[in-house]
Amino acid sequence: MAAGVAAWLPFARAAAIGWMPVANCPMPVAPRDHSKRQDELIILNVSGRRFQTWRTTLDRYPDTLLGSSEKEFFYNEEAKEYFFDRDPEAFRSVLNFYRTGKLHYPRAECIQAYDEELSFFGIIPEIIGDCCYEEYKDRKRENAERLQDDQEDKKDFKPPNMTFRETIWRAFENPHTSTMALVFYYVTGFFIAISVLTNVVETVPCGSTSQKDISCGQRYTVAFFCMDTACVMIFTVEYLLRLFAAPSRYLFMRSVMSIIDVVAIFPYYIGLVMTDNEDVSGAFVTLRVFRVFRIFKFSRHSQGLRILGYTLKSCASELGFLLFSLTMAIIIFATVMFYAEKGSSSTKFTSIPASFWYTIVTMTTLGYGDMVPKTIAGKIFGSICSLSGVLVIALPVPVIVSNFSRIYHQNQRADKRRAQKKARLARIRIAKKGSSNAYLQTKRNGLLNELLDLTASEEEQQHLNKTKSLLESQHHHLLHCLEKTTGHDFVDEQLFEQNCLEGALQPYRSRTPSTSSLEGMTGTCCSRRTKRSVPLPIANAPASHAHPLALTHTLPKSPGLQELSAINIQCAEKQIHSSSRSNLNMQTNEVDRRNCKQQKVTTAIISIQTANTGSPAEDGGHGLPNRGASVVTTTSSNIIKVSAL
Amino acid sequence: MLNLDGLEMIAVLVVMGLFIKVLEQFGLFEPVGGEDSIEDDFELSTVCHRPEGLDKLQEQSKFTKKELQVLYRGFKNECPSGVVNEETFKLIYSQFFPQGDSSTYAHFLFEAFDTNKNGSVSFEDFVAGLNIILRGSINDRLNWAFNLYDLNKDGCITKEEMLDIMKSIYDMMGNYTYPCMQDDAPREHVENFFQKMDRNKDGVVTIDEFIESCQKDENIMQSMQLFENVI
Repeated sequence: MAAGVAAWLPFARAAAIGWMPVANCPMPVAPRDHSKRQDELIILNVSGRRFQTWRTTLDRYPDTLLGSSEKEFFYNEEAKEYFFDRDPEAFRSVLNFYRTGKLHYPRAECIQAYDEELSFFGIIPEIIGDCCYEEYKDRKRENAERLQDDQEDKKDFKPPNMTFRETIWRAFENPHTSTMALVFYYVTGFFIAISVLTNVVETVPCGSTSQKDISCGQRYTVAFFCMDTACVMIFTVEYLLRLFAAPSRYLFMRSVMSIIDVVAIFPYYIGLVMTDNEDVSGAFVTLRVFRVFRIFKFSRHSQGLRILGYTLKSCASELGFLLFSLTMAIIIFATVMFYAEKGSSSTKFTSIPASFWYTIVTMTTLGYGDMVPKTIAGKIFGSICSLSGVLVIALPVPVIVSNFSRIYHQNQRADKRRAQKKARLARIRIAKKGSSNAYLQTKRNGLLNELLDLTASEEEQQHLNKTKSLLESQHHHLLHCLEKTTGHDFVDEQLFEQNCLEGALQPYRSRTPSTSSLEGMTGTCCSRRTKRSVPLPIANAPASHAHPLALTHTLPKSPGLQELSAINIQCAEKQIHSSSRSNLNMQTNEVDRRNCKQQKVTTAIISIQTANTGSPAEDGGHGLPNRGASVVTTTSSNIIKVSAL
Repeated sequence: MLNLDGLEMIAVLVVMGLFIKVLEQFGLFEPVGGEDSIEDDFELSTVCHRPEGLDKLQEQSKFTKKELQVLYRGFKNECPSGVVNEETFKLIYSQFFPQGDSSTYAHFLFEAFDTNKNGSVSFEDFVAGLNIILRGSINDRLNWAFNLYDLNKDGCITKEEMLDIMKSIYDMMGNYTYPCMQDDAPREHVENFFQKMDRNKDGVVTIDEFIESCQKDENIMQSMQLFENVI
């Protein structure tokens, strides 16, 4: 029921009194309005902008957020208002919907944002009024196309295991995927050009030996034949490969491009089969014409051609209309001209079909002048014919042009988006990496905090604590819990790969951890690791910190384990941090830099099992020495172990 | 004179026709009878009616100020021009009865509300009508109902009038009812009604017969109280 008429419900109920005297059965009991509250103003505070309306206005649509009790969740007791942390601009149209019963779509609003607002307030978009519905649907369709484009682009990801056939098909469809495909692409393009050129040059007259001029094709028969053979070979091979690699051969054979391919190479084979037989040579010549279809093979290489073809296909109805109207006009004017010119002597307008030629030439403003009206009536009608020709042709052309423009721009947009996609993906990847790096960094910081708790001063501690917001710390706690649950740790990629390589080489440590015995062993493995890690480009902050390797080993920590860790600070001159979070981590570096006198300070995570652990959990024991392992040798070969005990 | 054959004549005529069209375009040549087409589109539809003051209405009716305010707000929302014409009225009323066709009954209602017979119901008429229905005595209400049934306002209800009313009420039900609507249901209903109401069996029901019979019927008296608290 529309909003406005809800206010008339009392009237409709009152008018029901007209049924009472004629009623057969007794009436049901009327519902009582227990709340008995007067109509009151309620305040809706949307991001600071206050809207006020009657309560009954909102009650008109009880299945939306504002009309139901759901809005009580947003009630602010102190201010006695309902607070919504949403966009006030979009809220305007939402509120107007309650007031007038019509939902309008503001054109300046982004379609996705608007949809989200509507779904938040529980309003279905289908009730948008007729005035705005078309615009809404158009925008929604564009958005869906854009999303679909993105989806298709995702398919470009190479799935890891592809059969040979699929690889070839992919190489054919997207030449940019591999170098071989690109080479093949350019080679075929070159040969298409050669083939077309050959066909053209073949007919040029080059020199005359006998009385008549002979074309180049007849003069250098062998050379042209060889060129033709070579091109056809390439095309045949390409076609067969495509046929082999196509996921659905039947569909492929039906597609336009494959038909063009077949038509392009067929004449050659037919020519091979047929000899220079006189009777079939006419047909042979016709077949040669089909060789020109090779030029259409270029459409695989040129996007513009494809767009043009697509445009023509999509404007089929306009083209059909153009053709129909032209035909009508031609017939009319040809008839008129014929009868007008009938009187004059030696006229060229011998019949109506003969006049067709004149009409077409005139309407398309060609005006060859081979047929000219001589009578006055003929001239008058001829001039009307040419004027109307211009109009008839000019009418559908803008439609075709606008179609072409739209499709072309769509394509441009798709290309632009694809180009920007790389940057977008890189950004997303960096953000993700930043987040995971932040976690890894925090783990070390967290450990560092324990160290500093014991040694450092208050201010440094506060400084460290500042760098983490509550959200971050809760997030990191969550990740930490996950680690504990599974018994594995998060590491970053490079170290993971290193560990994978070294996994085989890593001998199991002895169960008795003692720092001295640790040193030697860890020196070898970890130093190897760090030596490898050092030359890595410092794109991610953790790469410079070799410590994560300590964390790669499984560690269900036994309770008595005391971990001391310090940060491996590689205070290189320039650290290119890709995300701001790693810059935060940079600060902690600098904090500790005060403690180091040297440029490169490496610290070690030394885990020392305290005496009271009765049961050395095997893994713990196993993990321990590796944990203690991080004695990192740097290029400066200055190992400073900071152990706090 | 020029020696023109048939086709040439036609050609010349065509040229002259085109020439006239061109002159028309320049406004130099006014064809006959073109002036009044402009004026038709401009309807003076912006009639705005303002009701009398809130205080006056309060005196005339038994509604409180707040109730009048609520009533007027709803009224004005749907009819910004201040009056309801029959089309709008039918439209509004049909929103409440989506299954059937309420246009006939709405027409009768409109006639009942439009006391001064000027084809539109203003807010005062509205309030006056509601005043009787919701705040009037039982007799007043019965009078109002009688007025509704008496289509030609001659003081008595004939069987045909009642049949029209009944049919319009049954139309509001629509097609999908249980039990299935028989074609003669309205007629039967009218027969029942007349049997009850028509004391002297003269085929018409006068106002006194109507009020008397209704006062005797418990159900009717009960249902008259039903919509007391609509506003």
